Amino acid sequence: MTVMEQRGAYRPSPPPAWQPRTDPAPLLPDAEPYRVLGTETAAKADPGLLRRLYAELVRGRRYNTQATALTKQGRLAVYPSSTGQEACEVAAALVLEDRDWLFPSYRDTLAAVARGLDPVQALTLLRGDWHTGYDPREHRVAPLCTPLATQLPHAVGLAHAARLKGDDVVALAMVGDGGSSEGDFHEALNFAAVWQAPVVFLVQNNGFAISVPLAKQTAAPSLAHKAVGYGMPGRLVDGNDAAAVHEVLAAAVRRAREGGGPTLVEAITYRVEAHTNADDATRYRGDAEVETWRQHDPIALLEHELTTRGLLDDDAIQAARDAAETMAADLRERMNQDPELDPMDLFAHVYAEPTPQLREQQAQLRAELAAEQEGAH
Amino acid sequence: MTTVALKPATMAQALTRAMRDAMAADPTVHVMGEDVGTLGGVFRVTDGLAKEFGEDRCTDTPLAEAGILGTAVGMAMYGLRPVVEMQFDAFAYPAFEQLISHVARMRNRTRGAMPLPITVRVPYGGGIGGVEHHSDSSEAYYMATPGLHVVTPATVADAYGLLRAAIASDDPVVFLEPKRLYWSKDSWNPDRPTDVEPIGRAVVRRSGRSATLITYGPSVPVCLEAAEAAQAEGWDLEVVDLRSLVPFDDETVCASVRRTGRAVVVHESGGYGGPGGEIAARVTERCFHHLEAPVLRVAGFDIPYPPPMLERHHLPGVDRILDAVGRLQWEAEG
Ligand SMILES: Cc1ncc(C[n+]2csc(CCOP(=O)(O)OP(=O)(O)O)c2C)c(N)n1
Repeated sequence: MTVMEQRGAYRPSPPPAWQPRTDPAPLLPDAEPYRVLGTETAAKADPGLLRRLYAELVRGRRYNTQATALTKQGRLAVYPSSTGQEACEVAAALVLEDRDWLFPSYRDTLAAVARGLDPVQALTLLRGDWHTGYDPREHRVAPLCTPLATQLPHAVGLAHAARLKGDDVVALAMVGDGGSSEGDFHEALNFAAVWQAPVVFLVQNNGFAISVPLAKQTAAPSLAHKAVGYGMPGRLVDGNDAAAVHEVLAAAVRRAREGGGPTLVEAITYRVEAHTNADDATRYRGDAEVETWRQHDPIALLEHELTTRGLLDDDAIQAARDAAETMAADLRERMNQDPELDPMDLFAHVYAEPTPQLREQQAQLRAELAAEQEGAH
Repeated sequence: MTTVALKPATMAQALTRAMRDAMAADPTVHVMGEDVGTLGGVFRVTDGLAKEFGEDRCTDTPLAEAGILGTAVGMAMYGLRPVVEMQFDAFAYPAFEQLISHVARMRNRTRGAMPLPITVRVPYGGGIGGVEHHSDSSEAYYMATPGLHVVTPATVADAYGLLRAAIASDDPVVFLEPKRLYWSKDSWNPDRPTDVEPIGRAVVRRSGRSATLITYGPSVPVCLEAAEAAQAEGWDLEVVDLRSLVPFDDETVCASVRRTGRAVVVHESGGYGGPGGEIAARVTERCFHHLEAPVLRVAGFDIPYPPPMLERHHLPGVDRILDAVGRLQWEAEG
C-alpha cells in the first residue's frame, strides 16, 4: 500500500520554499457578470464615449444585416454574423490605441471594421477573392483567423516582441467559447502569464460553438475562471453592455500597458443568428431562448440608458441610423461589383521570389487562359 | 435469382449508413467529434446516430482536435473502436501530434501488443467554394506516415464499403472523404454485404487500351469525364480508381499500365512532394519496359489552396488531363 492509498496519511503541504506566485483572490472573476448600463455606475461613464459606442453599435448591426443580405445574393461565400455581439466587437476596437494590435477570429469582421478597416476589404476572405483583403501592418489587425484559437499565441508573441523592443504596444486577441477548448488557448495563456506579456484575451461566450452548448465545452464555473490557474486575472462582463465591456477591456489594456501582464476577459453574450448563413440553428436550440436574448439587445440597452438620461435625442438616433445606412449603401454598391481577379496572383505570393517550378506553372496557366480567350472569340 | 433493390443515395447517406450499421453490429464502435451529435455534423454525415445510439456512443466533444484524437487513443487502448470526425481537412492539423506520434506507431512501438483500431474521418479537398482552410488535400502528409492506412472513396458504394472496412480494421485508418462528392448520387444497394471492400484494392472504373488515368477520390469523376471526351481524339482511356493510397495496389495499377503502356496520375493536391510522385515512381520501377512514354502527373499547383473565386484555375480539370494525354505521344514527338 502506498502512502497515497492510506486514508488520511497523505496531507498535502507546500514544500518549505513554496510561495504562491500571486495571491489568487484578485485573480478570481466576480460571480456575476459586470454591468454598467442600468446601474449607478452608468452615471460615471463618459457621455461622449457612450454616444460613440452607440453610433458604432448601430453601424455594426447594419453591417451585419447588410453582409447577411449579400450572402443571399451570392456575393459572399459565407458570413458568420455577429448580430447580438456588436458590443464586444465595437468595444474591442475602440479600446485600442492606433499602435496596438487586434487579433480577430473569423467572426470578428465587425471589430476590424470598427478599428477603421475598409468594410469591403474586411469581407475579402468571406467573399472569396483572397484570403486576407488588407495589409495587417497598416491597421494593426491580424488576418481574420479561421482555425480556432491559433491566433492567440501570435498575439502573445507580438506583444512580447513589442515589449522587448521597448514599445508600449498592447495586443487584444479575440476567441469564442468553443475556441477556448483548443490547446492553443491554453498555451497562449500560459506563455502570456509567464512572460507577463501585454495581452488581453477576450472570449466572446455566445453560448454555442456551432451546435455545441457551453455546458459541453467546459465544466468550469466560467471561462473567466480559467485565468486563475495561469496566474492572471479573469474578468466576467455582460457582453451586451457596451459600456461595461469597454470599461473592463480598457482596464485590462491599461494594466497590460503598465506592465501588469495579461488579463482574460469573458464577455457573456449570445449569437442571435445561426452560426453562419449555411447553418440551421433550429436543430440545436429553441426560439424561446433566442427571444430572451433579443430582449437583452446591446443597442436597445445602450439606447435606453442614453435616452432616459437625456444624452441622446431622436435627432441623434436618426443621425446614427443615417450614417449606418450610408455605410450599408456604399458596401452594397461596392460588393455588387465583381472584384478584379488576376489568376497570376496564385503564384505571386507563395514565396518572395517564385521558384522555377512556380514560374513554369504560371506559364502553363497563362497559356491555358490565352487558349480559353481564343476559344471564346 | 434474387433481384437486388437498388436505390439512389448520396455519398453522405452511405457514410451515415456505414457508421450506423457498424454501431449496430458492434457496441464498441463510438463516434465522436465536433457537432456530430445533435447537429449530425456540419455535413450531416452523422445525422441520427446520437438519437439512435445515445450521446455516449455519438458524442459532441469539446472543440479540440488534439483532445479528440488523443482521448480516442485512450479509448482504443481500453478496447473501444473510436470513429473520429475532423470537421474539415485543415482543422485536423492540431491533431497531427497525436496522429503521428501515437496513433500511427502504437502497434509498432508495443511490438504488436497494443494495436489502435481508430478511424479518423477527414472531409477533404476543394471545389465547394470554401474559404481558407476548408479545401486542403492533406493526403501526402498521411501517406508519409508509416502505420496509417489511407483510404478515399469516390463512389457511393465504396463510401459505404470502405468505411465499414475501415471501422472493422484493427489498424488506424485515415478515411478521406471527398467533400465535393458528398451529394453525388448513385444507385446503391445498402443491403449487399459484399459491398464491404477490403482496404487496399484499386478498381478499374473504365477500361480502355491507349492509356491509364490513375486517380482517386474527388478526381475520379473528372477523369471519367476526361476519358469520355478523349474518345473524340481517338484515345481509349482506362481509369483506375485507387480507393486506397496506403496500402497501394501495385498489382491492379501495374496490370493496367502494362496493358496500355501509358499513364497519367491525376490528383488535386500539389504535385511537388505529392502522391503522384510516389505513384509515378512505383509504376516506372515496375513497368519500365512496358512504358511508351514517361508517367505524367496532373496535379494542383504548388501553392496554398486558393480562395474560392480562383480555385477553378487550380483544380485539375478535363482540359488539363487531356493536355497531358496528348503529351503521351512521346515517340511521335521524338
Ligand atoms: C481548429 C478548428 N477546428 C474546427 C473548426 C470549425 N469551426 C469553425 S467555427 C466553429 C465553432 C466555433 O465556436 P466558438 O469558438 O464558440 O466561436 P463562435 O462561432 O461562437 O463565434 C468550428 C467548430 C475551426 N474553424 N478550427
